[in-house]
Amino acid sequence: MGNWKVQKTYEEINARIKSGEAVVVTAEEMVAIVRENGPEEAARKVDVVTTGTFSPMCSSGAFINFGQSNPTIKATKVWLNGIPAYAGLAAVDVYLGAAELPEDDPLNKVFPGEFRYGGGHVLEDLLAGKKILLKATAYGTDCYPNKAIEKEITLEDLPYALLMNPRNCYQNYNCAINLSEKTIYTYMGTLRPNGKNANFCSAGELSPLMNDPLYKTIGLGTRIFLAGGIGYVGWHGTQHNPAALRLENSTPKRPAGTMMVYGDMKHMKARWLKGISMQGYGATVAVGIGVPIPILNEEMAGFTGVSDEELVTQIVDYSYDYSHGVARNYGEVTYAQLKSGSIEVNGNEVPTAPLSSVVRAREIANTLKEWIEKRDFTLVEPVQTLPDK
Amino acid sequence: MYARIYVFRFPKETSDKPIICKLVKEYDVEFNILKATILPQHEGLMVIELMGHKKNVRNALDYLKTFGVIIEPLSTIIRRDEDKCFQCGACTGICPTKALFIDRPSMAVLFDPDKCNGCGLCVTVCPVRAMEVSLLQSVSTLP
Repeated sequence: MGNWKVQKTYEEINARIKSGEAVVVTAEEMVAIVRENGPEEAARKVDVVTTGTFSPMCSSGAFINFGQSNPTIKATKVWLNGIPAYAGLAAVDVYLGAAELPEDDPLNKVFPGEFRYGGGHVLEDLLAGKKILLKATAYGTDCYPNKAIEKEITLEDLPYALLMNPRNCYQNYNCAINLSEKTIYTYMGTLRPNGKNANFCSAGELSPLMNDPLYKTIGLGTRIFLAGGIGYVGWHGTQHNPAALRLENSTPKRPAGTMMVYGDMKHMKARWLKGISMQGYGATVAVGIGVPIPILNEEMAGFTGVSDEELVTQIVDYSYDYSHGVARNYGEVTYAQLKSGSIEVNGNEVPTAPLSSVVRAREIANTLKEWIEKRDFTLVEPVQTLPDK
Repeated sequence: MYARIYVFRFPKETSDKPIICKLVKEYDVEFNILKATILPQHEGLMVIELMGHKKNVRNALDYLKTFGVIIEPLSTIIRRDEDKCFQCGACTGICPTKALFIDRPSMAVLFDPDKCNGCGLCVTVCPVRAMEVSLLQSVSTLP
């Protein structure tokens, strides 16, 4: 541990939460507090900073146990509302991925495809309390003789449903443009030709990992807001890259860290988990996540005081460079510029549009703040923080 | 100057009559046709912007009604489903008239139906399909 002028422990902060004395602010509010008071004084004043993000996160899904039938079945193929779920697990366990599509989906045969319904939509429908049609087939064994079942399920009926997302909450992301001469349809949205628009996808100063850039407080066991319920950080997510280029304030200028998160779906809400369709690309899901950051010292106060003006990303061409692994960018821009509605690329003014909802990110940070203020939510010290190298 | 976008639905027996040109000639109303599906002996559909003195536009609309043309302001047939929309903003990059726009600094994604020209680009760009343009459905059901 560093030699800090202000030093607080998780126990001390939790004791203040329990006694109703904790000072909790959102990452947006923290910007002004640090500017006015400096990190040291801010660290004395503030105990917890809440963050939030609500945006498409393809690497998401759920482990579902759908309960046994009579006679019993060892399901080998399973569909939920026509969406295949991975069944290579125990008898009635499946994993349903957010990006999974129906087997008879027209995909991109008529380009650009619509991708109206996929795994993410099933997850949203489950949270909305809707009935889902489950079909399963099997080859039959002595202990599991049934070869096919079909039944309606609801989240309430399911013995077990765990949202388990292998990669969420990307710490920073590219700003996408299209320098080709035709419109392209990407996971970063529809990009008009000749760099006529630019899309970006981060909550910027509200984004969880932007407020703990070196993963000093986030790791295995961190309790979080996940899709309207309580979740936990499992471990770093796939493609976690702490070695990404960074600014002097330690925040990455490129896509960097990621988190694997999980939580009981039975406490989640459809408002915070939305099945989405990206034209020409596929189906996926938008996930709402909020992470509380304990202000253990002036370093954490400084980190959480970071503003959109001090956060930077790169502009990447998605018509050729991204799809061909060309490590090239068309400049760097701050999130303040991106959120202003226009940036400059190659000397031209280009309008920007976000894919990540700032309004909802703010609502998540405020909700988490309320939970903590009402003493419903305390902080967990991670067993192991996310890898920083 | 009064300017407003309307949707006209023409009865099938009007398809062979010159009607729109009269708006200029008789009523001093300028127009800009944004979309038209007019086929012989079928109900016709037109999305059109009318510009001129408010009184002239009103008289022109009364004239159209004598042919049995059904008139609706475009803004009444385009809707955003507020439960579905999570205000991401993806639509704002593609909307040509800035009817879908971002309020700053709140970053709220807003919709101004009066600015919408009914192009329908937002319908498929919206990740949660929150935009409903009933006009498009009527066009696609035409033969």
